[in-house]
Amino acid sequence: MNIIQTLEAEQAAKLAEKRAIPDFQPGDTIIVNVKVVEGERSRVQAYEGVCIARSGGGINESFTVRKISYGEGVERVFPVYAPLIDSIKVVRRGKVRRAKLYYLRDRRGKSARIAERQDRTADGKIKKGGKSAPAPTAAE
Amino acid sequence: MRSGVIAQKVGMTRIFTDAGEHVPVTVLKVESCQVVAHRTLDKNGYVAVQLGAGRRKPKNVTRAERGHFAVAQVEPKHKLAEFRVPEEALIPVGAEITADHFVVGQYVDVTGTTIGKGFAGGMKRHNFGGLRATHGVSISHRSIGSTGGRQDPGKTFKNKKMPGHMGDVTVTTQNLKVVMTDVERGLIAVEGAVPGHAGGWITVRDAVKKKLPAEAPKPGAFKLNGSEAAPAAEAVNEEGA
Repeated sequence: MNIIQTLEAEQAAKLAEKRAIPDFQPGDTIIVNVKVVEGERSRVQAYEGVCIARSGGGINESFTVRKISYGEGVERVFPVYAPLIDSIKVVRRGKVRRAKLYYLRDRRGKSARIAERQDRTADGKIKKGGKSAPAPTAAE
Repeated sequence: MRSGVIAQKVGMTRIFTDAGEHVPVTVLKVESCQVVAHRTLDKNGYVAVQLGAGRRKPKNVTRAERGHFAVAQVEPKHKLAEFRVPEEALIPVGAEITADHFVVGQYVDVTGTTIGKGFAGGMKRHNFGGLRATHGVSISHRSIGSTGGRQDPGKTFKNKKMPGHMGDVTVTTQNLKVVMTDVERGLIAVEGAVPGHAGGWITVRDAVKKKLPAEAPKPGAFKLNGSEAAPAAEAVNEEGA
């Protein structure tokens, strides 16, 4: 490993130690708790939406979260290791067939749904999240 | 005025601070940066330290240069540079300057050779606008346009910006903030970009336009030849770091 990679790996390990990063993929619905500083005091604001892309690698990795806010599509890009993120929670796992879900930008409502991913164990049983109800979109 | 340091550009990365900000940094490497010679008032008419950095195989060094390095009892160096210093800030010959020569938070001026762009046109070299895409312009969309007057003045003025060689010039970037120093690995991280490509030789000096913090080691942070016994100046700095 060259010096830059070593430095980045060290920093990523240090930041990951401070705040665990859950395993999530494009298609998953996640809640990102963002630290917001207002003047003197700071509070935590939740941002919930569908992760539509992860890009970059190592310390430079980022992810895009899309949600519909008051009928308007909003996308926010967060660095995975940003100290400004308080925590990330995975609400729902989605079953998708591509890495970048940019096609969701042209869709609304029913067509913008993502089916729930159900991981099966070796004996064919569903591991968790057995809900078969049609998945709601990120529209809230 | 303290002596500067010869470093090698490693590349750029980012650092996330505890405050939640991200800082783009350039990592510089200080490796076997030793004092090779002194320039003295009696002999040379000015006072300076000559530093050398990097390594060169002795077989690739001319006999004259080998003699010069032998006087200082240092390994042959790849890059040599002089730094003007007052007499009291001279660092003994053979001393190896360490990365904690600079303290975190101080500002430095960084000199390097920019990446050569070859023969470049006016648009790239001087940010000219070029000609129009349509309205009868043919073939010369990226040309520079007019270069001067008519019969009067009857010439193109000197220093007219024109196409030509771009890059590969020595450039100093002033007032870059030192974000991190690592003595063990000999690394200095400065905020922002540094001229030149990765692997290029860089000289780093205290910023001339900013005040040097009081905790900066004077005349510098260095190890004496081979011995672990550090001079007082270095001990002070280690407390600060």
